[in-house]
Amino acid sequence: MKTRNLSKLTKSNFITYGIVIAAYIIVEIFLRAGMVSSLLEGLLVPLCMYVILAVSLNLTVGISGELSLGHAGFMCVGAFSSAIFSKCMETVLPVAGIRFFLAILIGTAFAALFGVLIGIPVLRLKGDYLAIVTLAFGEIIKNVVNVVFLGRDSRGFHISTKDSISLGLEKGGEVIIKGPQGITGTPKDSTFLIGVILILITLFVVINLINSRTGRAIMAIRDNRIAAESVGISVTKYKLLAFSVSAALAGTAGVLYAHNLSTLTALPKNFGYNMSITILVFVVLGGIGNIRGSVIAAVVLTLLPELLRSLNDYRMLIYAIILIVTMIFTSSPGGREIQERIKLFFKKKKTKEA
Amino acid sequence: MKKALSLLLVGAMTLSLAACGNSSDSAATEENTAAESAGTESEADGEAAFKIGGIGPITGGAAIYGTAVQGGIQIAVDEINEAGGINGYQIAYQFQDDEHDAEKAINAYNTLKDWGMQALVGTTTSAPCIAVVEETHNDNMFQITPSGTAVECVQYDNAFRMCFSDPTQGTESAKYIGENGMAENEKVAVIYDSSDVYSTGIYEAFAAEAENQPFEIVSVEAFTADSKTDFSVQVQKSKDSGADLLFMPFYYTEAALVLAECNKQGYEPVFFGCDGMDGILGVENFDVALAEGLTFLAPFVAKSEDEMVQNFVSKYEAAYGETPNQFAADAYDSVYVVKAALEAAGATPDMSVSDLCDAMVEAMSSVTYDGVTGKSITWSADGEPNKAPLVVQVVNGEYTEL
Repeated sequence: MKTRNLSKLTKSNFITYGIVIAAYIIVEIFLRAGMVSSLLEGLLVPLCMYVILAVSLNLTVGISGELSLGHAGFMCVGAFSSAIFSKCMETVLPVAGIRFFLAILIGTAFAALFGVLIGIPVLRLKGDYLAIVTLAFGEIIKNVVNVVFLGRDSRGFHISTKDSISLGLEKGGEVIIKGPQGITGTPKDSTFLIGVILILITLFVVINLINSRTGRAIMAIRDNRIAAESVGISVTKYKLLAFSVSAALAGTAGVLYAHNLSTLTALPKNFGYNMSITILVFVVLGGIGNIRGSVIAAVVLTLLPELLRSLNDYRMLIYAIILIVTMIFTSSPGGREIQERIKLFFKKKKTKEA
Repeated sequence: MKKALSLLLVGAMTLSLAACGNSSDSAATEENTAAESAGTESEADGEAAFKIGGIGPITGGAAIYGTAVQGGIQIAVDEINEAGGINGYQIAYQFQDDEHDAEKAINAYNTLKDWGMQALVGTTTSAPCIAVVEETHNDNMFQITPSGTAVECVQYDNAFRMCFSDPTQGTESAKYIGENGMAENEKVAVIYDSSDVYSTGIYEAFAAEAENQPFEIVSVEAFTADSKTDFSVQVQKSKDSGADLLFMPFYYTEAALVLAECNKQGYEPVFFGCDGMDGILGVENFDVALAEGLTFLAPFVAKSEDEMVQNFVSKYEAAYGETPNQFAADAYDSVYVVKAALEAAGATPDMSVSDLCDAMVEAMSSVTYDGVTGKSITWSADGEPNKAPLVVQVVNGEYTEL
């Protein structure tokens, strides 16, 4: 009985990996054949980024059971720390591969650090309170980034919160972060292949974490905190672990984001709560706690508004309506009933055929 | 059952991906046939067209700028098509939304590329423009931004600008104030929006140029997008510094509040703004008398008696029911600049994007353009326009050119 359960689980996990690899191969074939539109080609890296974000948030929301609304903040940390690194190292390390690898490590590490720092006070709260505090932290990160001016000259780094004049740079010095204008001229290192590899690593980390002793402890805390504590599980440790792993992975997505565009600004649109909510929508639509669902929802919901571009002004309206309908269909009791009926219908057909 | 469902989803996913591939494919074949037909019957002018794309935010917080640009381009395109097109070919025009987001701007650009765009009039806002110019540079596509003011927007050879860059405007403002002795006691106060690229860009250039000018900046106060409803502190500090001139490099919505606050506190300096002030007289519930004497540098004044401006303004008003702002005017001019470059290069629509770009970039050095945002404008190789800014002052509740 036990072995059968296990094999079913691994099978399900392999399907998830398989979907990603299959999608990669199919897209790669179409790319080689030159049959992919520029729009889709440009969307490949963002798609990878959103998938990583959705999977990482699912770890916090689905597995650990904490509603976090500040996920974009960690992405912001990862994006900016790695972009600063890449910008400084562009002349020192001209090999894009090594530089980008280091940038990924740095972005992930910084996001993890912030995850721990923010997690310590935040995880003392529960439910709605936790959600609101994470929201606030996300906004703080975005706003701090917006007032920082960072410059570099032969004497080293200079930092200011006023303007780039007060950095007092020598001649030949360059301003790296220009307050609200952010960082411009980050090398474009993100590629689809790296994105897919990062997705696979993310899936590997998250899926293995869930199916490990640690993961079971995390889920035990989610399901019944008192019972979990009573059997000797350290609540703070496991919650913090899940939260910081999730933050680190969001940081990785941020690195992909920063190195896909030559301009990096912290706007409400990309690093504010709007983004956090967007990621949460992926997670909820894909099914809370369902990793494969997150992957698919992230892909579908990122593609949808772009494929609807031909509808011009009605684009966002139709996108919203589709979102509402899908939510009702998948989550409301009425929608579930319809789903059951459809399933039953197919089952009957199958048995009849048999 | 779960397996079946997941299989279904994979199927749907690949289908959607394949659908994307197909759609582009069919678009490409359409294009090919169009190009072929153009090749075989080059006499039939209606067949081939120059495809010009536009990008800007038409949804979200910055939508007013995007819609203005969209409208401005549309009017120019209609006019040109009516008058017989460029080199005898009509213009096809498509505008895509970027939601003032660099990532979406890339998507918009790629959509236009799939459509077969040959020259880009865009993007409207600075940050997306910096991202898009990277792509147009890679593809070697001609780009002219009507209103992307950041320096990096035109950092490559293929990109040109219709408006003033932020530093130019700051420097010009400082020069004008200094040369005309507008600050009587030679003390200047500045209030600016530290969360806005446009505002900080102008301010920094202004502060740098101020050192060469006979006046001194005695007070600098900042506000951010999150705190732009109450200016009592900033105005109070400017007043305390004893400055005779208040420089306000930001948009008219905030300027209206600052002017009202100054009036409340009895502070009466000379007000000097930037081109974002165009529109202040139309702010609802704003006492126009407060703006009396406000001076600013602007590329375009809708009230101008110039024939071209009047023609554009009346057409825009008839089409969209509102007075065009500088964004619309810059966009309108941008299309005509594209036309001028295409004509100077003697280009035809069957040329490849890259050839077209090379020819147009070369032609740009010889283009001299008279438009609604300036007369005899020329472009230097770095993509910046050489044009004299108009000095506008509010006199008797009307914008007046000085």
